[in-house]
Amino acid sequence: MSVTPEDVVQIAHLARLEIAENELDTVVERFGRILELVDELQAVDVSDTAPMSNPHDDIQRLRPDVVSRGDNREALQSAAPAVEEGYFLVPKVID
Amino acid sequence: MPWETVMGLEVHLQLATDSKIFSGSPSRFGAEPNVQADAVDLGMPGMLPVLNTRAVEFAVRFGLGVGAKIGRRSVFDRKNYFYPDLPKGYQISQFFEPIVGEGLFEVPMPDGSLFPIRILRAHLEEDAGKSVHDAFPDQTGIDLNRAGTPLLEIVTEPDFRTAEQAVAYLKALHSLVTYLGISDGNMSEGSMRCDVNISLRPVGSDTLGTRTEIKNVNSFRFVEKAIEVETERQADLLDNGETVTQETRLYDADRNETRSMRSKEVANDYRYFPEPDLLPVVLDEATIESIAQSLPELPGPKRARFIEQYTLSDYDAALLVSSRAMADYFESAVADCDEPKLVANWILGDLSAAMNREDLDIDQTPVSASALAGLITRIADNTLSSKLAKQVFEGLWLGEGSADDIIEARGLKQVSDTGELEAMIDDVITNNPDQVAQYQAADEAKQKKLSGFFVGQIMKASKGQANPQLVSQLLMKKLSD
Amino acid sequence: MSPTDPTKASATELSTALANGDVSSLELTEHFLERIKRLNPTINAVITVTEDAARQDAIEADQRIAAGDQGPLTGIPLLHKDIFCTNGVLTTCASRMLDNFVPPYDATVVARLRDAGTVMLGKTNMDEFAMGSSNETSFYGPTVNPWDVSRVPGGSSGGSAAAVAAGFAPLSTGTDTGGSIRQPAALCGITGLKPTYGRVSRLGIIAFASSLDQAGPMTRTVEDAALMLSAIAGMDSGDSTSADRPVPDFRADLGGNIEGLRIGIPREYFSDDLDTAIAAQVKTALSELESEGAKLIDIDLPHTRDAIATYYVIAPAEASTNLSRYDGVRFGHRCAQPKDLEDLYFRSRTEGFGDEVKRRILVGTYVLSSGFYDAYFKRAQQVRRIISEDFSRAFEQVDVIAGPATPGTAFPLGSKNNDPVSMYMEDIYTLAVNLAGLPGLSLPAGAVNGLPVGLQLIGRAFDESTLLKAGHRLQQRTDWHRRAPDVEVSR
Repeated sequence: MSVTPEDVVQIAHLARLEIAENELDTVVERFGRILELVDELQAVDVSDTAPMSNPHDDIQRLRPDVVSRGDNREALQSAAPAVEEGYFLVPKVID
Repeated sequence: MPWETVMGLEVHLQLATDSKIFSGSPSRFGAEPNVQADAVDLGMPGMLPVLNTRAVEFAVRFGLGVGAKIGRRSVFDRKNYFYPDLPKGYQISQFFEPIVGEGLFEVPMPDGSLFPIRILRAHLEEDAGKSVHDAFPDQTGIDLNRAGTPLLEIVTEPDFRTAEQAVAYLKALHSLVTYLGISDGNMSEGSMRCDVNISLRPVGSDTLGTRTEIKNVNSFRFVEKAIEVETERQADLLDNGETVTQETRLYDADRNETRSMRSKEVANDYRYFPEPDLLPVVLDEATIESIAQSLPELPGPKRARFIEQYTLSDYDAALLVSSRAMADYFESAVADCDEPKLVANWILGDLSAAMNREDLDIDQTPVSASALAGLITRIADNTLSSKLAKQVFEGLWLGEGSADDIIEARGLKQVSDTGELEAMIDDVITNNPDQVAQYQAADEAKQKKLSGFFVGQIMKASKGQANPQLVSQLLMKKLSD
Repeated sequence: MSPTDPTKASATELSTALANGDVSSLELTEHFLERIKRLNPTINAVITVTEDAARQDAIEADQRIAAGDQGPLTGIPLLHKDIFCTNGVLTTCASRMLDNFVPPYDATVVARLRDAGTVMLGKTNMDEFAMGSSNETSFYGPTVNPWDVSRVPGGSSGGSAAAVAAGFAPLSTGTDTGGSIRQPAALCGITGLKPTYGRVSRLGIIAFASSLDQAGPMTRTVEDAALMLSAIAGMDSGDSTSADRPVPDFRADLGGNIEGLRIGIPREYFSDDLDTAIAAQVKTALSELESEGAKLIDIDLPHTRDAIATYYVIAPAEASTNLSRYDGVRFGHRCAQPKDLEDLYFRSRTEGFGDEVKRRILVGTYVLSSGFYDAYFKRAQQVRRIISEDFSRAFEQVDVIAGPATPGTAFPLGSKNNDPVSMYMEDIYTLAVNLAGLPGLSLPAGAVNGLPVGLQLIGRAFDESTLLKAGHRLQQRTDWHRRAPDVEVSR
């Protein structure tokens, strides 16, 4: 499958990444080469093969319903760029 | 054109676990912002989810409660989108293989009939945090205490046609989940949140129209109102030859209208895929069986049993079983006095009125089931008239002791002694010659009316304790002499 | 200082020296700190040096040794890849995004190695978010290969590999998503083990691709790798994908011979893609194993080439969503003066991530997006199973699979930067092992033009013991792992 600059811009939007105008051609060209590589998958016969999400097909272990963590807000927020009165701050969100 | 409204409901139910679905943080409410969010809940680098066994058990309880297929294998997926209250940039949910499959839920309607709703699926997922918009100028505050609280999203087929059905479903769902002990189901506190998918189609059509989704309608009343105004809005559009846009809308209770949520307008592509940090949840028969064994009698079967065993009306039975505590209270009182109809009347009458007045639940009422049974025993054996019984009930509510204590202390015993009553009647007749003359001159119909005056006087003289049936019997006899 | 030169000694040898009182942990620590200080400006293998904490830990280790209360790793200095979260210590993942990130917790691997008494000297350079095969995508500049400073050390654990090769520490940790331990180990002439998926906890390791990532030891010798694996392996209730399997004493399992061991040689691993000089070196190493009694058996892994396409769908897909959490809200880089929420997201992420990371996020977003999921992501997961089944079939015939670790030796800096696809080909022999979740060991097995060549041994799931035993036998017969670059000269 080939990819257009518009496709790449739309994908970048979903991923919340900007692509500068002067870089777009290079990004699209390299993206296209990677797609060409991964398109080799289309040649593999996958009929009757179940998708594999995890290498060992193991099953989930369950955790007892126990509170094991206390308040550690100060330490956890030490890495935060903007905090006030215990809240993380972001520019005003309008719904 | 006459339109038919077609609706499906999605309910997000917070499960009453102690800790969060994927972390060991407490799953409580009302704490300072972000103190109940640990590194996992904040989506800190390197943190991983581990599934809470009780969340799984609660989901299975629900599935069994609506007779649904339980996923022997269910899988968590990531739902990807950016929003500040969604710390990881994805929500861990179940998209492809949910834990609860198709089921059927029989919803009691207000008239006592049953309305079947098909459950499409129910899946486990994590709740998001909260955005606080008014605390800071030009900034939104993010509180992630709620992030990671376990949710069960219950999705119905589009089986609803009226707001009344939707509300009845939500009430029945509330009742079911509290019976199951998996949630407090409290809509006003957000532990049960409802999205309504709603579309219109010409009456008689069997294809679905374009739907809108009304988000987070947080009370029974708002559900009703939101459905009303959205139905009206869509009908107006369609009547004017316009089209309905498929979109998410928000119900604004203050203005009683729905409006488009602009932030959700940009078409989302959630890119669901299996969550690689978690493995498939596999449930064996023994686990499911043991959960099934632990289920209490549920509202549906209990309602049927009450109708059968206590010969209650459909209506009374439905009301009594709507809460497990009330049903237990009923059965406990009946065990003490063996008067199911009286007990039902008193619970649904005076007791409920008093509870509503003081905003109490049945497990908080000062009148215990055995105390109420004590009162009912005295009604049944004619010690108390219904009027006196109300006074005794008042005494019970105020904590003045047992019904017998109150009858004794307040001197409320009904007077059924013929001699005593005759003496009182004679006094009244003697003291009211004019009324007696009037009575004796009147025709039969009028006499009946006038007799009320004498009964009233006698009851007054007896301080309400005279047995009213006996009084009117004796009075008739005396007056016609 | 003892007669043993710590720069070239294995951890096992240093452990003996410590136990004998020939040297103290503090002396070793000072030795390596000095060497890092002097040579890191050339090699750029280390991002953060934790000098003071290292001395403290060394003093404590010496007290334990004095009290006779030590384990085999007590007092041994080591370096952690900067992808492992370290409590109170800067953890950057070599990204501008985390240039200021100090986690308030340790990765399980870090905690277990601390409990084992190791002394952390600092954090090593790497490809940004472990995305790369040359260490050139680091925000902190490329690490260079100690054997030839004009060449790359490989990646993404290039800093860890170069650090061990340059004698900055006898041990380092790495992570391997598609070859990130084994390829740099091969290019730097050291030993690197990617354990079975699930063998080592991923908790506290900054995620690249969750179903592929696995941490492992990077060492001078197989014996050290066995020792280190025993310390870090085992179930962790904090990682749902960590396996609840018994952990053998891997060093004790090294004993004994490999008489009758069946070694599978995949025809596809010796195709035209492989440098002929490397092929010759690898074959020589294999004949050494044959001399030890192993049997070499030709096998087929028919979907070897398909592993590349499969990997470059699955890894970016998982990465694209693992990296969504870097949004400038709770930690990490935030752009200056965001004018609204979207501006905050777009600029923080665009400024915070480098080109290769952005490229993979784009590819990953694309293959998961509506309309492409079945054709790419789901299909890649199906091919993943086919690849895994290729291995299962092969392991019915053989006990170990062997081949080259990389198609070439260390390449010059900058030579593959303009072509992501040629860079991706570096991992052709290693990717499939991650897809199948198997253990893979890379160990020095020769040199071409003075540059190290790596042999890769692949084992059955959870059978690291057999790999380590075979590797150990090879290191008993050869001395490739004893050779070290003369970094003082190559400066």
